[in-house]
Amino acid sequence: MQNAIRVKGLQKSYRQLHVLKNVDFEVEKGNIFALLGTNGAGKTTIVKILTTLLKKDGGQVTVNGFDVASMPANVRQSISLTGQFAAVDEVLTGRENLVMIARLRHLSQPREVTDDLLQRFGLSDAADRRASTYSGGMRRRLDIAMSLIGNPQIIFLDEPTTGLDPEGRIEVWKIIKELAGRGTTVFLTTQYLEEAEQLASRIAILHEGEIIVSGTLAELKKLFPPAKVEYIEKQPTLEDIFLKIIGNKKEDK
Amino acid sequence: METIKMKNYFFIDMGVMLIRSMRHVFRSLDTIITVTIMPIAMMLLFVYVLGGAIKTGTDKYVNYLLPGILLVAIANSAGYVSYRLFLDKQRGIFERFHSMPIARSAPLWGHMLTSLVSNAISLVVIILVALLMGFRSSAGFLSWLAIAGILALFTLTLTWIAAIAGLSAKSVDGAGVIAYPIHFLPLISSAFVPTTSMPAGVKAFAEHQPVTPIVETIRALLYNQPVGNQIWVALAWCITIMFCAYLFAMRVYRKRL
Repeated sequence: MQNAIRVKGLQKSYRQLHVLKNVDFEVEKGNIFALLGTNGAGKTTIVKILTTLLKKDGGQVTVNGFDVASMPANVRQSISLTGQFAAVDEVLTGRENLVMIARLRHLSQPREVTDDLLQRFGLSDAADRRASTYSGGMRRRLDIAMSLIGNPQIIFLDEPTTGLDPEGRIEVWKIIKELAGRGTTVFLTTQYLEEAEQLASRIAILHEGEIIVSGTLAELKKLFPPAKVEYIEKQPTLEDIFLKIIGNKKEDK
Repeated sequence: METIKMKNYFFIDMGVMLIRSMRHVFRSLDTIITVTIMPIAMMLLFVYVLGGAIKTGTDKYVNYLLPGILLVAIANSAGYVSYRLFLDKQRGIFERFHSMPIARSAPLWGHMLTSLVSNAISLVVIILVALLMGFRSSAGFLSWLAIAGILALFTLTLTWIAAIAGLSAKSVDGAGVIAYPIHFLPLISSAFVPTTSMPAGVKAFAEHQPVTPIVETIRALLYNQPVGNQIWVALAWCITIMFCAYLFAMRVYRKRL
């Protein structure tokens, strides 16, 4: 099977700061791939290089079979980016935002595509309100809906649930699972381990400019020693203490 | 094949960008007040309050004043260009556009086109109000065409300068700062009063800055007077500054985005 993304020996520095030292990984078609790392590990830098926004210093990067450096236009035809901050136009309504992207993707029926997406993402009622009035979760849904226009083969989601409340997070997870169900390759960055565990079929951990481990969740679990039984002294809770005192009082009588 | 496809779409994409930022202009009461209502209020103030005391050597002060008011309106709009560009950069809108299969410069040119179109609309409104206030011109079609050309050139010049500020700013306040020096240029020129009454230092500045030759050229075209050298001085100023600002803004655009 051809890989959707192939990265080999990727390097990138900002002046003195060596952000990416030697990054290798591959993403299979139709998979959800999660890139884990702390803040400042270089996750966004990798996303920017893969989406042709930033030039790499060294290494080989192909997306959908196209080299990002020599064929950026073909890469852009194949992908869609949902950046770290919901890039929606707040002055425009939800509908206008979607129609705008559909026009830029040169679709023949921008209005129909927009109506479908509004429906699918539960934004029909809010469609004609300005995006500035949307909640964080709605804004993120609109943002992802904008990225789906034109059915790109690979979708990049850079920390899609950062700043969302638990409800919003679960909504976004549902959307991502649906996407992969339709055969779209999803490249996800996150700092939440639970998110990677919930969604991704393959996980890579970026640390100090290199991928230190990568594999399926089951493979990663094998890297750790097997679960062992430990005996831990159980401290009484306030409830235990309360119940004990009440009980003693009764015995006194 | 991809590049050919993209070239065909360049103007369609620009159109989409134009519609988007025109919505920004029309939905911002603040912008409409600053670029259209303020210049009209200024025109009313100068004509009906101060105008009686200003000696310009023309029969009607509104005739003398109008070219300057038009330039004030254009100057007032420059700050909004930097503001909108800054927000697009900060909110990741440019990143979204740049990761799509559209020409990389289309988003920036969209802002430039918006500046031209929105200024054209506000200038027409201002001229209509001036007509109500008694402004009359003997200019023919060709003269009006020349005036439109000079105003468009002045607009583009200021817009490219504003683009540098908007693209390189670190904060919203920083993006807006460029507006202040631009606001002052029409005030220290022959836009409101003839330079002859000014003290020597101020007069020297007023006569050797871009706004004065532009104002004088538009005045000459409006009232069928010989344009003389002023038009070439005006064009030289605009084209030189515009070209430098364009190169610089493009450099910042490519580097930062």
